[in-house]
Amino acid sequence: MNNVQKQKRANKSLPFFFKDEFKVSFTIILVSTILLISTFTFDIVPPILNRGIQPATFPKGLLLLIIGLTLIVFYLSIKKPWKIEKKLPKTFFLTLFSFILFVIVSKTLDFFLAISLLSIFVSYCWGERRLFYLILVSIIFPIIVFIFFETILGLRFPPGIITNIYYQV
Amino acid sequence: MENLSLMFAPLMSSKLMIVLVFGTLFGLILGVLPGLGPTTGGALILPFTMTLDPLSAIVLLTAIYCSATYGGAITAVLINTPGTPAAAATCLDGYPLAQKGEAGRALGMATVSSTIGGIFSVVVLVFFAPLLAQLAYEFGQPEYFALAIFGLTMLASIGEGSPIKNLIAGAFGILISTIGKDFMTSIERFTYGINELSEGIGFIPVVVGLFAISEMLTQSTLLDQVFKRVALKAVKLPSLLDYKKTWKTILRSSGIGSFIGVLPAEGGTVASLIGYSEAKRWSKNPEEFGKGSVEGIAGAEAANNAATGGAMVPTLALGIPGSATTAVILTGLIIHGVRPGPDLFREQPEFLYGIFGSMLIANILFFIFGFFGAKIFARITLVPNKLLWPMIFAVSVCGTYSLSQSMLDVWIMLFFGVIGFFMRRYGFSVVPVIIGLILGELVEGTLRQSLVIFEGNWLLFLTRPIVVTFFILSFIALIFPLLRKKKV
Repeated sequence: MNNVQKQKRANKSLPFFFKDEFKVSFTIILVSTILLISTFTFDIVPPILNRGIQPATFPKGLLLLIIGLTLIVFYLSIKKPWKIEKKLPKTFFLTLFSFILFVIVSKTLDFFLAISLLSIFVSYCWGERRLFYLILVSIIFPIIVFIFFETILGLRFPPGIITNIYYQV
Repeated sequence: MENLSLMFAPLMSSKLMIVLVFGTLFGLILGVLPGLGPTTGGALILPFTMTLDPLSAIVLLTAIYCSATYGGAITAVLINTPGTPAAAATCLDGYPLAQKGEAGRALGMATVSSTIGGIFSVVVLVFFAPLLAQLAYEFGQPEYFALAIFGLTMLASIGEGSPIKNLIAGAFGILISTIGKDFMTSIERFTYGINELSEGIGFIPVVVGLFAISEMLTQSTLLDQVFKRVALKAVKLPSLLDYKKTWKTILRSSGIGSFIGVLPAEGGTVASLIGYSEAKRWSKNPEEFGKGSVEGIAGAEAANNAATGGAMVPTLALGIPGSATTAVILTGLIIHGVRPGPDLFREQPEFLYGIFGSMLIANILFFIFGFFGAKIFARITLVPNKLLWPMIFAVSVCGTYSLSQSMLDVWIMLFFGVIGFFMRRYGFSVVPVIIGLILGELVEGTLRQSLVIFEGNWLLFLTRPIVVTFFILSFIALIFPLLRKKKV
């Protein structure tokens, strides 16, 4: 028995709420429903100022369309189950974690430092162990990018512990 | 004829020639690196174009588009991994031929057929775009609405993957475009009290997130992948026998590619697959396909490069992008204050014909660079992902931040990176999101203005012949995949 057949069998034996088809469809419908409910809080334009339709009508229609199409996708997946995706490796979660780290560091400490930290973290987690390349990726390259954007595009980066030193604040 | 002479203006300008050479080289690098490509590369370079004048900016983006589409073939032939999705069909015969020790011949055929396909499509663009623009003079708001709907349904129909999932993605893209102040009444929608969202979500954070950041996440799952590289001595021009074997295929695929490109879809990717299968269908030796057929390489490569010019036709004539990359180019036009459409042809012919000319020159340039430099470009794939992607992240973050100097744009980019990763994982193409986002304002705006014209009577849409034609075509586009499935 080949791997695809094995996967399909394994998929059939799972309870429906564990299947990707259900999880994906459920998430889309849930988010769409929440957004749909929020459209009822949009301001209503008085008829005299109204141009064609109310501002909430178009997004409402779109969300209903998304919900309807997702139900069709789910129905079709009962007949023809999706192939089971490979389990996500540790490196994926570490990369995802690095994004969170980036957000926290750039909000609390420094934008440049956040880029450096993410670069060294991702590079190390993806298997780079040579010190020179780690420094290249985390310090030398971000400095080049920083100076390039700063001087050529005239960009002013958000304040932070390192950026302030550069700007001599 | 007077306008045609404007095409050669870029040759007279040293600045434009430098931009063209840089764009072509940069595009080749983007095309060679799997995971990057003309769309991601175009989005990454968009903030830098702000330092250029509008013509130079668009010339840069189109040069990247043309050469990156070709660059994907180098990786497809040498490491059996398409540098761009449009080169996927090239792997089928390019790599087997390279394994037989004929990598130079395979790349030579890919280079020649890409160049011919690209030049053919520029000719189509030069003659067809003004005609389409002239036709668009007849269009009012209802016609534009119907056209945008047709564009989205075509995308769902002939794009990659499930049509229904493509439609969901397209609707999601349009939904994103509704975030912020309603452009007709200034009423806030989906802003949830965040002031920065009032102006809506920018195109760049979404496109960089959906393409670059989601690709970074995808690469994090593929670290154990090992590429088997085939050695390349030099690129060889096809022999007379190869030309005899393939000239019909190249011409046919160029036609197919240009036509597919004109339709709003995933441009080169679909074009190359159809070009390849048609080459096989018409071949005297179909059994050679998949084992290193030069016809297979020619069919796929001529088609994907021909789609570049084709995709520019609706982009420039109607303001409707023909592919994901042309959506980026369209954004480039808009942020430089150029409004594509029929008026552009009347008011700024030197600008338009400058773009046409630069595309023509870009096709010639990538032929030269590809022919003499493929060996060097192939070495770029030796840069390990563990170094490349953190660098791309740094450029993505700074580029996204630079547009409006807002950290919210960076968070939006990361958010859409994660969304894009899961969309791709579960078979939802991210291209319709981009097209939906671009077309969103047009769809909603024209719908609402049409309803004002029709005084709220929806049935009056059916009194306009062009609208009815587009609606019928949209219906056909929607049921076409179902019919195709039944036939199979």
